Amino acid sequence: MLTQFAASLVDGLLIGFVYGVAAMGLTLIWGVVKIINLAHGAILALAMFGLYFLASWAGLNPYVALPLVAIGGLLAGYGIYVVAVQRVVNAPPLSSLLATFAVNMMIIGTATTIFTTSPYSVTFDAGRVSAGFITVPGTRIVATVAAIIVTGALYVFLYRSRTGKAIRAVANNRDAAELMGIPSGRILALSFGLGTMLAAVAGGLIATFFPFTILSGDAYQLKSFVIVVLGGLGNPLGALAGGLILGSLEGLVQVFTSASWVPVIEFGLFVIILLVRPNGIFPGRR
Amino acid sequence: MGTIGLLRRVSGIGLLAAALVGCQAGASPSTPPGGSPPGGGPAKTIVIGFTTSQTGSLNVESTRQQHGLQLWVDDVNKAGGIKLSDGTAITFQAKTYDDESKADRIQELYTKLVNEDKADFLISPYSSGLADASAVIAEQYGKVMITTGAASDGTYKKGYSHVYQAYTPASHYLTGAADLLAKLDGSAKKIAIVHENDKFSSDVAKALTDYATQKAYQIVVNEGYDSGATDFASFVNKIAAASPDAVMGGGHFADTSTFAKQLHEKGLKPKMVALLVAPPEPKFADIGNAALGVVGPSQWEPTVKFSEEAAKSAGATWLGPKVDEFVSHYKAAYNEDPSYHSAGGYAAGLILQAAIQAASSTDTDKVKAAMDGLNAMTFFGLTKFDTSAAAHGLQVAHEMVYIQWQKDSSGKLAKQVVWPDVTKTAEAVYPIP
Repeated sequence: MLTQFAASLVDGLLIGFVYGVAAMGLTLIWGVVKIINLAHGAILALAMFGLYFLASWAGLNPYVALPLVAIGGLLAGYGIYVVAVQRVVNAPPLSSLLATFAVNMMIIGTATTIFTTSPYSVTFDAGRVSAGFITVPGTRIVATVAAIIVTGALYVFLYRSRTGKAIRAVANNRDAAELMGIPSGRILALSFGLGTMLAAVAGGLIATFFPFTILSGDAYQLKSFVIVVLGGLGNPLGALAGGLILGSLEGLVQVFTSASWVPVIEFGLFVIILLVRPNGIFPGRR
Repeated sequence: MGTIGLLRRVSGIGLLAAALVGCQAGASPSTPPGGSPPGGGPAKTIVIGFTTSQTGSLNVESTRQQHGLQLWVDDVNKAGGIKLSDGTAITFQAKTYDDESKADRIQELYTKLVNEDKADFLISPYSSGLADASAVIAEQYGKVMITTGAASDGTYKKGYSHVYQAYTPASHYLTGAADLLAKLDGSAKKIAIVHENDKFSSDVAKALTDYATQKAYQIVVNEGYDSGATDFASFVNKIAAASPDAVMGGGHFADTSTFAKQLHEKGLKPKMVALLVAPPEPKFADIGNAALGVVGPSQWEPTVKFSEEAAKSAGATWLGPKVDEFVSHYKAAYNEDPSYHSAGGYAAGLILQAAIQAASSTDTDKVKAAMDGLNAMTFFGLTKFDTSAAAHGLQVAHEMVYIQWQKDSSGKLAKQVVWPDVTKTAEAVYPIP
C-alpha cells in the first residue's frame, strides 16, 4: 500500500506541474484581461496536433518542436484577441464569454472536419528513471523540468521586466495604467497571447504522454478552472500550486477507490473552495 | 398459321420480353458493377446495409472490417453473383454510413438503411456495443443480420431470432490465455485484470475471472477504466503493488495500446501480458519495445490451417477462398496485410453467401432457416450457430488463436501464433524479457 501511495503521489505531482502550466495560462488571462477564455481547451488541443505534425512530418524531436508550438500559441492568442476579444473587452462579461466560446466552437468544428475524432499519438520514448520502487517515464521528468523552466521564465518576465510591470499594472488598475501612458490595448493582447502560449506549452507536453483528439482539451480546461479557483484568480504561482494539489489528489484518490470517483472529488473540492475560500488558497494580490 | 397469328405470337413474345426487362429495371434500383451477369439469366441485386466507424476511436478496426466485406461484395459480383437453383444470379450492393463510433448514431442509421435504402440483409458495425444497438433494429424490422467484429455474448441472450454471430464469443476470449499460462508455468498463481468498462471488455473480464478462479488462480487486481481513458499510471501502480505473474485485460485498440505502452514505460515486468484487440493489429508494433512479449487473442491469423480437408474431417461444408488466397487477394486490393477484422468482414459475407446458396432464395425466412442449419468452414474457421431460444445466434464452433509479438532473426518485431498448439508457428516466450 505504501509503495502504491508513494508511486501515485509522485505520478500525481509530476502531472500536476503540467496542469499548473495550463492553469497559469487561464489565470493570467483572467487576471489581466479580466475575461474567461473558453477557447483554452481548444488551444491546448491544437497545440497537441501542432506538436504531432512537427514531430511526424518534419521529423523534429518533440522537445525541439515545443518552443515552435509555444510561439504558435502566442501568435494564435494575439490573433484571437485582435479578431474576437478586443471589441468585447469592456463589454459585460457575458459578451466576452460568448466571444471566446464562439472561437472554441470554430476551432473544434474545423479541426474535427480536418482531423476527425480518431485518436492521434506522438510516439516518443524518453526511457525511464527509477528510484527504489518508483519508476517514472522520462517524458514526465522532462515535462516537469519544462514546466518549472516556463514558470520561472514567466515569473522573471512579470516581476523583473518593464513589460511585465506594465502587465501587472494593467491587471491592477487598467485606467490608472492608461493614465500612466501604458498602451493597455497592446498589453492586453500580449497577455492574452501569453496565456494561450502557456496553454500551448501544456498541450505540447501532454501530447508526449497520452494519445489525443481535438476534444481532449476539454478535460484539461475543466481541470484548469478548478485549479484557478483553488490557487486564486490572477496568481500564476497559485495556479502552479493548485495544479500540484489537483494532480496529487487525482493520483491518491485512485489508490483508495475506482478512477470513476476522481471527477466527483475534483469538482466537489471546487464547490467547497468556492463556498469556504472563494479567493482561493493563495489569494492573488490586488 | 396466318400472318396475323404469327404477328400476334411475335408481339406476345415481345411483350413478355419487355415485361421481363421492365421487371429487371424495377427490381434493381441500381445496376451492379459489370452490368447484367453472363449467361443472360435473370439477375437480382441485394442491398447489404451496415455502418462503418469512419471517424472516432473505433476507426482503425472498423475500416479493416469494411474493407473485408467490400472485397467479398466485389468478388461475388465479379464472379457473376450467386447462382440460385432457378438460375437467378444474385449480385450485391453495399450501402454504408459513418456511425462516428457512437452508439446513439446506430439506431437512426440502421433504420435509414432498412427504410430508405431498402437493405435486404444487414451486417453489424464493428464492436459489441454498436452491434448490440444495431441488433435491436434488425430484430424490429425482421431483417437477418450477421454480426461481425462483435463478440459480446449478451446480444444473443435477448431473445432475438434474426441476429447471427460470426465471431467467437467474448466468454472464450481470454480463457485460452489462462490455459496458455497454465501450460507455460505451473507455479504461476496471481493474475491482475485491468479492462475497459464497456460491454465487451467487461464480459471478457468476467468470463476470465470465473474461469481463472475455477483453475485456482488468485485475481489480485480486478479494475475497470473508462472508455477513452489515457492515463493508466494509477492502474500500473496498483498492479506493481500486487506483483502478479500475469497481467490480462485491455479493451479496444487505442486504450489497450496506451496501457501496454505505459506498463512498459513504468518499467513493470510481469511474466506474461495478455491484452484484448490491439496486439493482433499490425499497428500495435508502433509502440516499439513495449509490444515485445505481449500476447493477444485473435479471431484469425494469416497462418491458420483451415482448408477443404479440415472441413471434411470436421463434417462441415467448405466455402470461399483458401487462407493464402484471401491474404494475397486482400493485400493486392488494399496494399495492407489483412487483420482479423478484415477476415471477419469477408467471412460475414461468405456466411450470408452460404445461407443464400443453401436456401436457394433471398427470402428472409428461408435464409434464416438456412443459417440455423449452417455448419460450414471458411478460411476464417468454423461457423455454426446456437439455435436454442436462450442463446439464438451465438457462435458455437469458431475458436480464438493467440499471438505473441517476438523479435525475429533480424531483431524486428513480428507476430507469432503461440496457442493452440495445433496451429502455432512458434513457442511462446515466457517470461517476457
